[in-house]
Amino acid sequence: MTLLLALILVPALTALAIVFAGNSKQVKILSAAGMSIQLLQSVYLLYAFLAERSSGNTEPVLFYNRFAWYSSLHISFDIGVDGISVAMIVLTAIVIFTGIFASWEVEEQYKEFFISLIVLATGVFGFFISLDLFVMFLFFELAVIPMYLLIGIWGSGKKEYSAMKLTLMLMAGSALLVVGILGIYFHSNVNGHHSFNILELSGQQFGIDMQRIFFPLTFIGFGVIGALFPFHTWSPDGHSSAPTAVSMLHAGVLMKLGGYGCLKVAIWLMPQAAHELAWIFLILTSISVIYGALGVISQTDLKYINAYSSVSHCGLVLFALLMLNKTATNGAVIQMISHGLMTALFFALIGMLYSRTHTRTVHEMGGLMKVLPFLSVCYVIAGLASLGLPGLSGFVAEMTIFVGAFQHTDWFHRFITIIAISSIVVTAVYILRVVGTLLMGPVKNETYLKFHQATWYEKLATVTLIAGIIIIGIAPLWLSDMIMESLGAILD
Amino acid sequence: MTWNELLLMRHEWTLIGLALVLIILEIGLSDEQKNRITISASLLMASITIVGFIPAEHGSIFGGMYVTDPIRILMKNILNIGALIIFLQSNAWLSKASMKNRITEFYLLLVSSLIGVNYMISAGHFLMFYLGLELLTIPIAALAAYEQYNSKSAEAGIKLILSSAFSSAILLFGLSVLYGATGNLYFAGFSFTGSLVTVLGFIFFFSGLAFKISIVPFHLWTADVYEGSPTSVTSYLSVVSKGAAVFVLAILLFTLFRVIQPVWRDVLYATAILTMTIGNLFAIRQQNLKRFLAFSSIAQAGFILLGVINGGGLGMATVIYFVLMYVFSNLAAFGVVQTVEQSTGKLNIDDYNGFYKTNPKLSLTMMLALFSLAGIPPLAGFFGKFFLFTAVAENGFYTLLLVAVLNTVISLYYYLLVVKAMFINKSESPIPVITSDGFMRTSLLIAATGIIVLGFYSPVFDYIMELCTTY
Repeated sequence: MTLLLALILVPALTALAIVFAGNSKQVKILSAAGMSIQLLQSVYLLYAFLAERSSGNTEPVLFYNRFAWYSSLHISFDIGVDGISVAMIVLTAIVIFTGIFASWEVEEQYKEFFISLIVLATGVFGFFISLDLFVMFLFFELAVIPMYLLIGIWGSGKKEYSAMKLTLMLMAGSALLVVGILGIYFHSNVNGHHSFNILELSGQQFGIDMQRIFFPLTFIGFGVIGALFPFHTWSPDGHSSAPTAVSMLHAGVLMKLGGYGCLKVAIWLMPQAAHELAWIFLILTSISVIYGALGVISQTDLKYINAYSSVSHCGLVLFALLMLNKTATNGAVIQMISHGLMTALFFALIGMLYSRTHTRTVHEMGGLMKVLPFLSVCYVIAGLASLGLPGLSGFVAEMTIFVGAFQHTDWFHRFITIIAISSIVVTAVYILRVVGTLLMGPVKNETYLKFHQATWYEKLATVTLIAGIIIIGIAPLWLSDMIMESLGAILD
Repeated sequence: MTWNELLLMRHEWTLIGLALVLIILEIGLSDEQKNRITISASLLMASITIVGFIPAEHGSIFGGMYVTDPIRILMKNILNIGALIIFLQSNAWLSKASMKNRITEFYLLLVSSLIGVNYMISAGHFLMFYLGLELLTIPIAALAAYEQYNSKSAEAGIKLILSSAFSSAILLFGLSVLYGATGNLYFAGFSFTGSLVTVLGFIFFFSGLAFKISIVPFHLWTADVYEGSPTSVTSYLSVVSKGAAVFVLAILLFTLFRVIQPVWRDVLYATAILTMTIGNLFAIRQQNLKRFLAFSSIAQAGFILLGVINGGGLGMATVIYFVLMYVFSNLAAFGVVQTVEQSTGKLNIDDYNGFYKTNPKLSLTMMLALFSLAGIPPLAGFFGKFFLFTAVAENGFYTLLLVAVLNTVISLYYYLLVVKAMFINKSESPIPVITSDGFMRTSLLIAATGIIVLGFYSPVFDYIMELCTTY
């Protein structure tokens, strides 16, 4: 219980401590220290969660605690975690930890940068532990707003446009969520009063008419941040303009709030409408998957490439959730984690390459393998994970998703699954093409020979992420079991 | 009249006392000592605000002409806080050479208007209500034209007095129709039948009050008057005067006009949508920050109507809570605008480019204020807006709710434009470093604390909810 509270308090206090820090060195050490504690806490949470489960505790939510807040509206600060939240928390902790090291070279307004970054992370941690729709929504918006300043001030390219577009689109999504949340609240009746508590709400039987209205609102509301077609357009602009750590955190974690919310709020609370309306959203998500993948092919900027590929991969998450069976949903959660690690690694590497070559255009680079062997190998690993090579996390996720999707035997699901699967081929094409142009061949520029090799902080960031990718790739069963146990409550 | 009955009117008595003390000070102090008036007035106002919070009895006197109850007392206290902040923020402006010898009049007029606010809220009779309303308005018209050599200020004064006179006439016409239909002007025992005549009376009455709240389509005076008036007066108009009118509107609709709830609900439904949308769309185009805040405050008024539409205890509670957060947020924004205006004379959004580099604390305060107005967590505005939305959803008006939430996205756009100017845009000649006086700093500290703490500290809202269960 105190462990979960500490998950929000540690980043919040770290951000507060940075206010009083002196120079850039102190700020970075403080951030790194805070986020290391956060990472250790998260791993300990994972351990404690698994220990509790293996000792036979089958409660749907562990470490549950309730703090009264706005009692007149029955809003309380409810926290607790299930297997999915634990997995997401560990992912977030890894990404923010590596994000701090990937931003080691930020010198412009460093204090404000690290504060905004850590506030953003606080919002994400809060979102994953909260079980009250109001509190969840609060943390959701808290995670979105620092984004505006992070992209607007420290971004590159047409940053002001991108920052505004991203913020407004995500806020429009959360505006739909307000309607959805309040609709759920006022249609609930728990012991004679309304409730925001997800656990209490999950026991409610909402009428199908109510579900037909509020399921789409909630699903689209969360779907916007999960890059649901046609609301994905903020993502390429936002990711390409954002500074490295922000791209990492945003593509790696923030986009997962969408999938997580769709599962925990839209699908869990309004299952009938989910079954009834899934086909509409399946069409939209499969467009995301295939359109994202095809979109990459025409891109030449490394960040745009990765942004479109994120649209495709996150589309796959929502696609799998809409299959509404345990296997596919399990795959969706693994895909969230796998994509989180992989895309964070990609963006970190792009940032590191950019700081040396000062370009992100693929054709202007070449032969990097010869001058920067360490970073190049990391890039290849990220690429292989992205195209689903067995032994790395991407394979586990996509395999599970498609096995789950094929459990539906009607022609519609079959057809749409085949379309989604075909994105794998496209992914292979663009990944291999980029890797070939970027890393292989002769060294494009004489100045490349003077590049300094990867520094300790760059190595730390990349190795941590790669470790995560490989662990899931080689030993996915514990993760998949942990998620599977939690899915029982949600999908039955 | 017994001592206890006198105590019922402590808000009014204390303010009248303040007015008398100010007159005595004006006579007693020599010209060199006049600068002490601000500190005396602020300290006295602070004690009045605190005294207002002391729990006391309530009831009605003068045969029901004057009524107090815990909700009305709370409303007065909230507006007193707003007035106190404005007292503090006026110092820099009043210290200017051109304002010499005119300090006392400013506070005197402000206090008179505040007495009007208090009487209006406590009215138990339509004439009492009208008296309060006029007492609220006329001093403000004088204050709007306070900078006598500034033609814009004179224009603002004349615009305000003309439009107020016009709206008062409409309101009085409505009252006379209501009196003709019911034969009674006391709130207690007002026998409202809901016949067509009374509905007509209500519409006129509502239009008159809508001027004060600047509800679309009665908002046309707002931007010009806000721009021309001295900034302290603009703050007062946008927070205290508007807040008082909203409170009275809510009280009257929830009690007297309860019978014709379907009628006023439709009226408010339409005007709320218009007010939010038009306020927001016009705010996008503004360059002058005072005009900008004028349109933003029109949009906020539209949001407040969402709570009024609810028509129940939740609606009343959310309206009061929203005004409370609005007092802090809007006055923080006006405080920063005032500081910059007094020391540099700059008022355009473009002038704020690079403001964060030179004045980080003021920019952060401004950002807090604007984010709170936009409804960003964990600031007070987020809670205020979310609760208003809860009030709309309670009635099942999900279409209205959808319009409202989409409007918050539009409003976020223009609030972010100001944040962008301060934090992102670069400027070759940014506003130089400003040292604001102690009064201003105190006021901004109070407002910023309110913005940050109000949302986390839930007992405030729970207390208001408890009071409002009677509706």
